[in-house]
Amino acid sequence: MPNCPTCSRASSRSTSSAEMVKGREGERVRLYVCGRILGYKRSKSNQYENTSLVQIEGVNTKEEVDWYLGKRMAYIYKAATKKNGTPYRCIWGKVCRPHGNSGVVRAKFKTNLPPKSMGSRVRVFMYPSNI
Amino acid sequence: MLSLLVRRRRLLHHLLLPLFRPFPMAPSQPRTKSRNPLLIPGIGKFSRSKMYHKRGIWAIKAKHGGAFPRHDPKPASPEPASKKPPKFYPADDVKTPVPNRRKPKPAKLRASITPGTVLILLAGRFMGKRVVFLKQLSSGLLLITGPFTVNGVPLRRVNQSYVVATSTKIDISGVNVDKFDDKYFKKEKKERYKKSESSFFEAEQETKKLPKERKEDQKVVDTPLIKAIEAVENMRGYLGTKFTLRSGVKPHELVF
Repeated sequence: MPNCPTCSRASSRSTSSAEMVKGREGERVRLYVCGRILGYKRSKSNQYENTSLVQIEGVNTKEEVDWYLGKRMAYIYKAATKKNGTPYRCIWGKVCRPHGNSGVVRAKFKTNLPPKSMGSRVRVFMYPSNI
Repeated sequence: MLSLLVRRRRLLHHLLLPLFRPFPMAPSQPRTKSRNPLLIPGIGKFSRSKMYHKRGIWAIKAKHGGAFPRHDPKPASPEPASKKPPKFYPADDVKTPVPNRRKPKPAKLRASITPGTVLILLAGRFMGKRVVFLKQLSSGLLLITGPFTVNGVPLRRVNQSYVVATSTKIDISGVNVDKFDDKYFKKEKKERYKKSESSFFEAEQETKKLPKERKEDQKVVDTPLIKAIEAVENMRGYLGTKFTLRSGVKPHELVF
């Protein structure tokens, strides 16, 4: 009970997938918005893998993206070997800036996203919150 | 450089200044702003001689009989009699690190968060829970409570960034939170026993037992809170329910 919240948060971040998936005996709450990874930032024949493009559900204009700037996102994937008791792994990132006029967002991740992530889901959290 | 006439005129002007302006000459509070505004970093508006005049060095000199007042230097402290030459002279110049004088300030509390506000936790063990804000601690973290009997959240610290403030407020005037500070929540340092075979096998992980004081403190804080909650219709149920996003709900359009 008297857990230092920074501790639980840190663990929530590093092994978030484990906590999120395993510890959900109670009601499930979704505190994130789904997003789709569209690919890397690129021009016609050059791509820059350090920045990915993400389409956040329900966000369709550049103005709507303002709310999401700086919010953390997680790309969650499964792997064969279990780490920390779970096959789920996670790459953390954050929303950097809008991309274009239609609500697509540029995101930078701790390590570049693997190419197999294109077309897959990303969780866009509501923190760091400013409300 | 300055002509005698100019000097005399200026001296007269300053001596007669109290007649022109009724306020006292010597400032009661020391002057904080520089007399020489910067035009560009490194270049002031006034020249050296102008500044000499502005600072009133000439007036101070006149007051002290023509010379700027100075005191004799302190006598140098006698060097310790037995000073051995150092054993070791480093071959290259060793750079000493610059001391860090940074003192971080506690995070500024958002205007939407006032004592008694209902907050939604966005991450951690209690994510989604609606919780009552009590006060901001000196570290910048927020002190919150469920209350415990309503939704199972104890007295806890939370970072502002991981919290959404709703417009719902509860009256916490009956709650006394003075005794809680960051020290109260600090984790006890585990004694690091030296790794030996016996200790490795003997000392199993002790289950964390919640001290009685914590339970009592929780009750003391929660009882007046729950009274205030019961006074408002549906508030208990509201605090007992978790917040969740649903299909089609866009957080950037939500008003909390």
